[in-house]
Amino acid sequence: MQRVETGLRTETITVNMGPQHPSTHGVFRMIVTLDGETIVDLEPVMGYLHRCQEKIGERNTYLQNIPYTDRLDYICSMSNNMAYVMAVEKLAQIEVPERAEYIRIIMVELTRIVNHAVAIGALLNDLGCFFTPMLYALEERERILDLFEMASGSRMMCNYMRFGGVRYDLPPGFMPELKSVVAALPAFIDEFERLLTENEIVLARCQNVGVLPPDMAIAYSCTGPLLRASGVNYDIRKVDSYSIYDRFDFDVVTETNCDVYDRYLVRIGEMRQSVRILEQALEQIPEGEVSVKLPRVFKPPEGDVYHRIESPKGELGFYLVSDGGTNPYRYKIRSPTFINLTVLPELCKGHKVADVVAILGSIDIVLGEVDR
Amino acid sequence: MPFLNDLFVNLSSWIHGFLAHFLPLWAADLVMMLFTIACLIAFAVTTIIFINWLERKVIGRIQDRYGPNRVGPLGILQCVADMIKMLTKEDITPAQADRLIFNLAPVMVVVPTFMVLAVIPFGRGMVAADLNVGFLYIMAVSSLTTIAILLAGWGSRNKYSLLGGVRVVAQMMSYEIPMVLSALGAIMLTGSLSMVSIVAGQSRVPFILLQPLGFLIYLTSAVAEVNRAPFDLPEAESEIIAGYHTEYSGIKYAMFLLAEYVNAFIVSAIAATLFLGGWQGPLLPSYIWFFLKAYAIYFVLMWLRGTLPRLRIDQLMGLAWRFLVPLALVNLLVMGLVITLTQRKGLFSLVLVSLVANGLIVAAVVIIYAFAIWRRRQVKVTT
Repeated sequence: MQRVETGLRTETITVNMGPQHPSTHGVFRMIVTLDGETIVDLEPVMGYLHRCQEKIGERNTYLQNIPYTDRLDYICSMSNNMAYVMAVEKLAQIEVPERAEYIRIIMVELTRIVNHAVAIGALLNDLGCFFTPMLYALEERERILDLFEMASGSRMMCNYMRFGGVRYDLPPGFMPELKSVVAALPAFIDEFERLLTENEIVLARCQNVGVLPPDMAIAYSCTGPLLRASGVNYDIRKVDSYSIYDRFDFDVVTETNCDVYDRYLVRIGEMRQSVRILEQALEQIPEGEVSVKLPRVFKPPEGDVYHRIESPKGELGFYLVSDGGTNPYRYKIRSPTFINLTVLPELCKGHKVADVVAILGSIDIVLGEVDR
Repeated sequence: MPFLNDLFVNLSSWIHGFLAHFLPLWAADLVMMLFTIACLIAFAVTTIIFINWLERKVIGRIQDRYGPNRVGPLGILQCVADMIKMLTKEDITPAQADRLIFNLAPVMVVVPTFMVLAVIPFGRGMVAADLNVGFLYIMAVSSLTTIAILLAGWGSRNKYSLLGGVRVVAQMMSYEIPMVLSALGAIMLTGSLSMVSIVAGQSRVPFILLQPLGFLIYLTSAVAEVNRAPFDLPEAESEIIAGYHTEYSGIKYAMFLLAEYVNAFIVSAIAATLFLGGWQGPLLPSYIWFFLKAYAIYFVLMWLRGTLPRLRIDQLMGLAWRFLVPLALVNLLVMGLVITLTQRKGLFSLVLVSLVANGLIVAAVVIIYAFAIWRRRQVKVTT
């Protein structure tokens, strides 16, 4: 067949998505090369929210760093607290009272639910929902944030955990409120699922979009729901169990299709598993002390330590080097979303513009943590 | 009740008679025409203020919140406040923009919108111009909007605007076809393109009973035609900021907003006219019936907006060309057959046969769809 010469010349256009863009979840920039609506190339540019967290960490004393960890991933401050204080406890070999361990688990699992609900809400916003799933998620989040406020005095920047325990014991009235929140959670997740899981447009937009094969996910060091949606059974709570996670009965949620929809399913599944953990923790939580007495000037011994936890977004690790002084000599954060984000160009090539925001939403980034 | 029934018609003839006292007849006619145009424009502007408020309230309820409730009782003056804000904002033309095109586009987008209002029968005898090619006129005029929006996208010299403009052209041209094809059913049943005759033809039974499928196709493509969720790709906020009106601010932005809301109301009104019997209805005055029906359809549009995520561009085009157009063609063919077969057989058999025919088409679609899903599952198992 003879090709008709139209004399038309086409060229690709380069679009800067971000740093100010409704769907980049903050100040993230993607240099996107487009052929019509199709992505030819994508280059993520990070660092617009760089706040020298790690350098500040060297200037601060160990205790002063806790509120700074709140500001990493500002949706899950409790998990960040926990990762950091556990790293320091490992360094200084501090034993944590049992009740404090339970309180920590409760807070961290509530954080996981908050994070996943908000992540799904944001993903649906990126898919073009007019805020309805997001607002449903935020409504449930409010109740959990109320609990955080009761315990720590703050809703988002909790600053609740301390070396050897938590800052305050749970106030009276906390447990009944927690019980009612936990009892209401399954209904909330069901409602969310009724709205979204079988939704024809959600299926059309999410299935087979942004496929991340397991080997690539491992090669890029992806962790968290992103990795588990690619069928890799890897959850630090199980494989490198910390705190008292070995006492709870829960499953690691994995899916096998590796796409945006499976990341959504994994998040829904993890919310259900968190509810299971919370129910068990509610039954088992003992009475007792919630913190240990530490010297006023806290000086951990010389040495270095790396501790990692399964934060809602993936493997969150703190690497600390101590020279025996009051401040860490080196304070390094292994942030899950920064490393998960490196796989973004691979996922986006060949897809449409609309898919880029969906894929980015499914990776679930918070720029505070990416840029640190 | 007869007084209320023909309130606006009587008012208009009374003013005409009054003018004819001291003006020559042609001048009185001219004044009346201008007066009607002014009324329509005033109506459009008030409608968008009301619709905008209603939409925010309804979506607020869908999302478990109150919606606007600060300005005026129940927040009804919120949109007035918004309008004042928009009108007093600085009017920016980007330095790189094509000034002529950039400034022309907002005007061009509003004019066809108002022009369409001329042929919509708002009640018995309440139509500005009873054109005998009414529906053709509506389609012809409203497709001018496409050009205006493309101009806006092109003239802004912004890549997001350009993407939005291109999307508009692709989307609106594709969805015009199933929209017209599905409306043809109503036109075949009355044998006239005039909107007034189409309403008159539904005095015994609204056409939605004769062609529910045509109504659904029309509604789907109408939603796409006015760029509403879930087909709001041209202004997809999460992808391309605001699409073609990214660079617009102040009154020019307000004009796009005005056109958008009025267009959404117009397609609801046309759907009410073509399929729900227009102003026909018992007891209440005709114009009240008309607005009830139009707002009922507009409520569906709000509902969709509050519930559904957005389609992707290729899925959107696929839906039009691979699903709606063939379905509309089949529907048209079947309706033609039904009308021919049931000629002179009475209304009851017409309704019955049409419903059966529509049911058969739907059943066929469901079977084909189920088969496709089954095939897909089979393929998945083997790989």
